[in-house]
Amino acid sequence: MNMLAIMITGFGLTSDRPVCVVWVILFAPLVAAALITLFTRRWKTLSAALSIGAIALGFALSMGLFIALAFYGQQHWPHTIQWLVVGNAVRIEFGMTTDPLAILMLLVVTGVGSAIHIYSVGYMKGDSGFSRYFACMSLFTFSMLGIVLSNNFIQIFIFWELVGLSSYLLIGYWFEKDAAAEAGKKAFLTTRVGDFGMMLGILLLWSHAGTFNFTELQARLPTLGLSTGTLALIGALIFCGAVGKSAQFPLHVWLPDAMEGPTPVSALIHAATMVAAGVYMLCRVSWLILPSETALTLIAWVGGITAIMAATIAIAQNDIKRILAYSTLSQLGYMVMAVGLGGPTQAMFHLTTHAFFKALLFLGAGSVIIALHHEQDIWKMGGLWKKTPITFWTFLIGTLALAGVWPLAGFYSKDEILLLALQKSAPLFLIGTVTAFLTAYYIGRECFVVFFGRPRDYHAYERAQESPWVMTLPLVFLAILSVIGGWASAVPHFLDPHGEVEHSNLGYALLRVIIVGWNGEVPHFLDPHGEVMHGNLGYALLLIPIAGFFVAAKIYWRAEPSDAPVKAALGKLWTLVENKYYFDELYLWIVKYVQGTIANVCEWFDRWILQRLGIGGLSVGTGLLGKTVRLLQTGSIQGYAFLFALGVTVIIYYVVVR
Amino acid sequence: MITLNHYLWVSGLLFALGIAGVIARRNALVIYMALEMNLNAANLALVAFSKYNKIVDGQVFVFFIIAIAAAEVAVGLAIIVALFRRKQTVSVDELNSMRL
Repeated sequence: MNMLAIMITGFGLTSDRPVCVVWVILFAPLVAAALITLFTRRWKTLSAALSIGAIALGFALSMGLFIALAFYGQQHWPHTIQWLVVGNAVRIEFGMTTDPLAILMLLVVTGVGSAIHIYSVGYMKGDSGFSRYFACMSLFTFSMLGIVLSNNFIQIFIFWELVGLSSYLLIGYWFEKDAAAEAGKKAFLTTRVGDFGMMLGILLLWSHAGTFNFTELQARLPTLGLSTGTLALIGALIFCGAVGKSAQFPLHVWLPDAMEGPTPVSALIHAATMVAAGVYMLCRVSWLILPSETALTLIAWVGGITAIMAATIAIAQNDIKRILAYSTLSQLGYMVMAVGLGGPTQAMFHLTTHAFFKALLFLGAGSVIIALHHEQDIWKMGGLWKKTPITFWTFLIGTLALAGVWPLAGFYSKDEILLLALQKSAPLFLIGTVTAFLTAYYIGRECFVVFFGRPRDYHAYERAQESPWVMTLPLVFLAILSVIGGWASAVPHFLDPHGEVEHSNLGYALLRVIIVGWNGEVPHFLDPHGEVMHGNLGYALLLIPIAGFFVAAKIYWRAEPSDAPVKAALGKLWTLVENKYYFDELYLWIVKYVQGTIANVCEWFDRWILQRLGIGGLSVGTGLLGKTVRLLQTGSIQGYAFLFALGVTVIIYYVVVR
Repeated sequence: MITLNHYLWVSGLLFALGIAGVIARRNALVIYMALEMNLNAANLALVAFSKYNKIVDGQVFVFFIIAIAAAEVAVGLAIIVALFRRKQTVSVDELNSMRL
């Protein structure tokens, strides 16, 4: 660390010790990506080692930062470079934030990222683009860390787009497959819709405040005297970015299609980190959103609608990854809802635990897919628990954690959110509770159908075998995190972005929480502020996932499970959710008819008015004029002489006679 | 009494006749003669003005014109003769080899 500090202070960047660490964390993956692309493409092992080394280094250094934070409290480490100064008005910085919020996210991204990078070595084995894959992963890591560490809006927006780019590259990684190429395009274009709103929001805010820097904005915002309307508009526009990136209703359509990418990519980008960037960004600028009641309501409801809508769709999907994709949508909905209910802390907590267990579930699904030689239809699986024991047990832990079974991670974070909903808004609490039930139901369905019952494809079943250790080790690591992740329930205190709470005794708090958590004082523990709702809520919420599992087991835990009973019970509703509420069709219709009509009008105007009348008219007119005037040019000198004489005569006539 | 105006009218008529010849005729030799007529129309006008203004400058000018016209005739006729030898014609319609 000292060496690095000396090196980097040598470059004159900054003088503070922990600061340089942050820069190393950020830029190591970029260096790895560049090295792989430029030099080591041919040496696959070296490429993978570079990429993994970069992110593992980031994880180690993030740990260091975390420990420093835990023992010394939050430091105001100054580390900002003036990047672009235009006149007096526009001042763009390139800086690093190292508040608790950023450090938590750093840990999540580098920790889960490291596990997934290692897992990728096994999953991508033998792929012809192995090095390209790791270069893209490193580029993604760099972009994501950039978002996490940004201290101003312009910087976060740049990295926001970089993340979109690397997501595009990785979804379309198997670009020779049409579906993958299409999915990449769809993801990129759909998120751009949201990004455009976000850019407008940033510019609108800047036009009022005159700075992009988060800290300055936060300090300046109350003094600006913005009207509630403006504040709500800014909040809603910034939220647009999160809607796109975090795949919230109505821009959620890209995420399920993004499953065309390799499974580790789905785990890292489309479950654990990138899609959480929207939630992280909302938490980062929570001071901007919290004062506006309108924006909060909008955000909460968008989150709630996404949560329940995606959960209902998930019950009728047949692709092992798509179920998880809709589950991700649903959980992201929870997080966004938490932000909208005024609880960025709870949102971040759920983001963290969700990153653990959803990455675990995706990697488990990937392990199953590899075991069955790229089979993704859950109806062709079954009985796998004997064949792939490690995958099964870790997947089961992920399942329980996602459903929110005590004492796994999902329980604590989800119930924090439900508690918040109960305090703030009854309908959203209801939505949240129903979603929690559905969550347990659909993930129970997936788990039962995939791992239990009689194997439905004997040929594949016979050949199935457990994945190599590079794949199971990350599974175990993430499974452990999924179990213990929730016990750090005091962390949200500590990560309180507003810095209201005492930070000094984290280590002690952590220890206490773990002990208390084991003592089973769940409801107390659920309510960190010790204000309300001790009694029965925790126990009641405990029953919801159990009920969900029970229903799922009743239907699907049998030798030959099928959707038939549910189909019969739901009738038309089943068709509706099976077709994802026809969102894709609706958007296709909109694009075809609304946008198509506008495009046709524009095309007609361009072709007939501009091209024919404007440009064509000008050219034809000039041509005609030329042809007419050309008649005068006979080439007969005597003709010219005649005209000349005529002209002279006319002039003389005018001069002399008139 | 013959006044300046009469001279000028004759000069103008001669000039117009010359121009008409240049424009209307196709024979290079005739065009040439018509051009000479234009020069002489100018000469006539100059002499008339000279007489009218009682200044000899105009008449001196006329001598110059006559001298130069003589030289021009020598060159011009030589060109036309050379042309005729080469092309067997002096019709300007047929002498179009320099046209684009």
